[in-house]
Amino acid sequence: MAKARSVAALELEKRREEILGGQDPSRISIKVCGGTGCLALSSDEVAQAFERELRAQGVEGSVALKTTGCPGFCEQGPLVVVHPQRIFYTHVKPDDVAEIVSKTILQGEIIDRLLYKDPSSGEKIVYETEVPFYKEQKRILLKESGLIDPREIEDYLAAGGYKALARALFEMTPDEVIAEIKQSGLRGRGGAGFSTGVKWELCRQAKGETKYIICNADEGDPGAFQDRGLIEANPHSVLEGMIIGAYAIGAQQGFIYIRNEYPLAVELIRLAVQQARERGLLGEDILGSGASFDVEIQLGAGAFVCGEETALIASLEGRIGEPRTRPPYPAQSGLWGMPTNINNVKTWAWVPHIIHNGAGWFSQMGTEKSKGTTVFSVVGKIKNTGLVEVPMGISLRHLIEDIGGGATNGKKLKAVQTGGPSGGCIPESLWHLPVDYDSLREAGSIMGSGGLIVMDESTCMVDIARYFLNFTKFESCGKCTACREGVLRMYEILDYITRGYGQEGDIELLEELGKAVKASSLCGLGQTAPNPVPTTIRYFREEYEAHVKEKTCPAGVCKSLITFYIVPEKCPGCGLCARYCTEKSISGEKNKPYFIDEEKCIRCGICREVCKFDAVLVK
Amino acid sequence: MTADMSKVDTILDRYGQGQRGLIPSLLEIQKVYHYLPPEALQRVADRLSIPMIQVYQVASFYKAFSLEPRGEHLITVCLGTACHVRGGEMLIEQIGRLLNVKAGETTKDMQFTLEAVNCLGCCALGPVMVLDGKYYGSMAASKVEKVLDKSMKQEVPANG
Repeated sequence: MAKARSVAALELEKRREEILGGQDPSRISIKVCGGTGCLALSSDEVAQAFERELRAQGVEGSVALKTTGCPGFCEQGPLVVVHPQRIFYTHVKPDDVAEIVSKTILQGEIIDRLLYKDPSSGEKIVYETEVPFYKEQKRILLKESGLIDPREIEDYLAAGGYKALARALFEMTPDEVIAEIKQSGLRGRGGAGFSTGVKWELCRQAKGETKYIICNADEGDPGAFQDRGLIEANPHSVLEGMIIGAYAIGAQQGFIYIRNEYPLAVELIRLAVQQARERGLLGEDILGSGASFDVEIQLGAGAFVCGEETALIASLEGRIGEPRTRPPYPAQSGLWGMPTNINNVKTWAWVPHIIHNGAGWFSQMGTEKSKGTTVFSVVGKIKNTGLVEVPMGISLRHLIEDIGGGATNGKKLKAVQTGGPSGGCIPESLWHLPVDYDSLREAGSIMGSGGLIVMDESTCMVDIARYFLNFTKFESCGKCTACREGVLRMYEILDYITRGYGQEGDIELLEELGKAVKASSLCGLGQTAPNPVPTTIRYFREEYEAHVKEKTCPAGVCKSLITFYIVPEKCPGCGLCARYCTEKSISGEKNKPYFIDEEKCIRCGICREVCKFDAVLVK
Repeated sequence: MTADMSKVDTILDRYGQGQRGLIPSLLEIQKVYHYLPPEALQRVADRLSIPMIQVYQVASFYKAFSLEPRGEHLITVCLGTACHVRGGEMLIEQIGRLLNVKAGETTKDMQFTLEAVNCLGCCALGPVMVLDGKYYGSMAASKVEKVLDKSMKQEVPANG
């Protein structure tokens, strides 16, 4: 069913043509990453330096300067890419900027020292498109990350933004939109993997005039930052998905529940909402179609459990974030008792792509049951940390070793943790597994929201289990006894084991408690809280046994079980370690091997960190 | 100590009565005072017409809120998984030793509050600490002293 396009929709199209017509593809443009990661490395100072230098060297008119969102390769930041050739400069400092302008911009010369060096081949790479980290990816959601300025709605329009919205409003009925999403096979990107189309349909069919939709941007999984990255790079894509979803479901009001810990993402999504209102893309009679919808932004207040949908709804209503039993599901009775549909940031961002390109295009990518691509944050003990987008079904090994670049410092990789505190650890021996919802579940972990934390031989798996249980113990809302008390007891046992007080039977007790907590907790947090324990026991039982029986920590992490010592043959006696030691436990004479007094040592590890000769070891 | 409530009133003017405005207004009050003074909680309860116990329940449940006064400077150390495996705990322990506080505490001179956070989302640069809103990526316990010293020196206005 195609309706005639309204004047407003035609005007939007005209404006897009104008922007595109005014663009000169051969014009030099400098893109500086302004995502939280690069900002932490002072990329704002780099951008300011460019502004100054372009003026000083008299080319501010002919060269465009853009601060973009996160292109993903955070490890190499601050990143600067010179378009149209896409010359890729890494670790750029404000002091490098004058040279970039005078050499690269004005004379087309490449500055060798700022180029990316491929750690596997040792070769320097000039162009962004040739960097293995990017070459192996399939970027759709992240396509505009690093290209457009998230503060400029016109950049998004030039990239084809809000085309899908116009298509949905004027060429499709709400039912057709839902059918398209259903047919595409899109599954929720928040972690549970429920069919998005089915979820929408349930909410559309629910009785009631007032319906709500919510974007869950309460990205709480430690080690995951895809949602932040996406909002900071392309906030309008999320918003466009929500507007289409609201039209399909029949909702007039939407909410974006976003973490308070992400100040930049909050600022950018607020700005995007304001711009969309000004352009008639939000509010009454959107693009003259008769449909109305608006969005409110609510900040989270720092409670992990609010990622759970019923807890999130409670928090939006102004109550404490305690989950409740389902059914009724939010689709029947959600926010203020009204039918409500909640989706994750990435799920919403997929919607415009699917409406624009069709369900068939989407379902060609990925595996039989897990369609499309997925965004991972690949972090931990690997060379290329950052955000990557790959088709579902790619093997863990390909992701970790080829895109992630393998281990740092020549250490041996041991496991990868997926799914945050609800997930588990998958050992290196199983890295042939494809990344999709079902394979990861079979291995005892979950896909979760897409954090992949890679661990090497210097990571203690018992300590990791203790770490996660400490996390969930802290984040448990306290409603269910099994979660509140059970997780606490599991944590205590793990803590004892890591401190050398483990006893025979502890491992079995942990397994038993885990089952009880799982069976008798109400929400996803409690039901999955024990998860890090069974996978680490299943795959790394020998590490648990070493802690319990031999009172040793094979990875050299658990403080009570290790001793720091200096290898005399390696120590030239520079004295750096002694200078940093807060406990004055290191002594020695200049130019002679130093010595650590085990009695005084608190095992803080700073000596090992500062030693340039790898002379400090742990046993 | 009686806190000046005019700012609280300005914040509350933006919200109608009822529970809906509770969390947003508390977040704004927290931002202004760096904690939630008892008088402010009472004012919120009165103006939103909700029982004090509900205000207190919410204020004590969410970790963004502090019921204790906090220091002039806020140090946040990320203890997300990625930062944990790269030594985030070493970092927070070292800061604790240097300032003589534990996570969640404030120094006696009310200068620094040290807080642990579960993830700041700059996992690729772990371990990460934030000092008064400025992010420090790829940190190490051995670099802490320098960062703190530098920030203290900047306290003295640079241009006179």
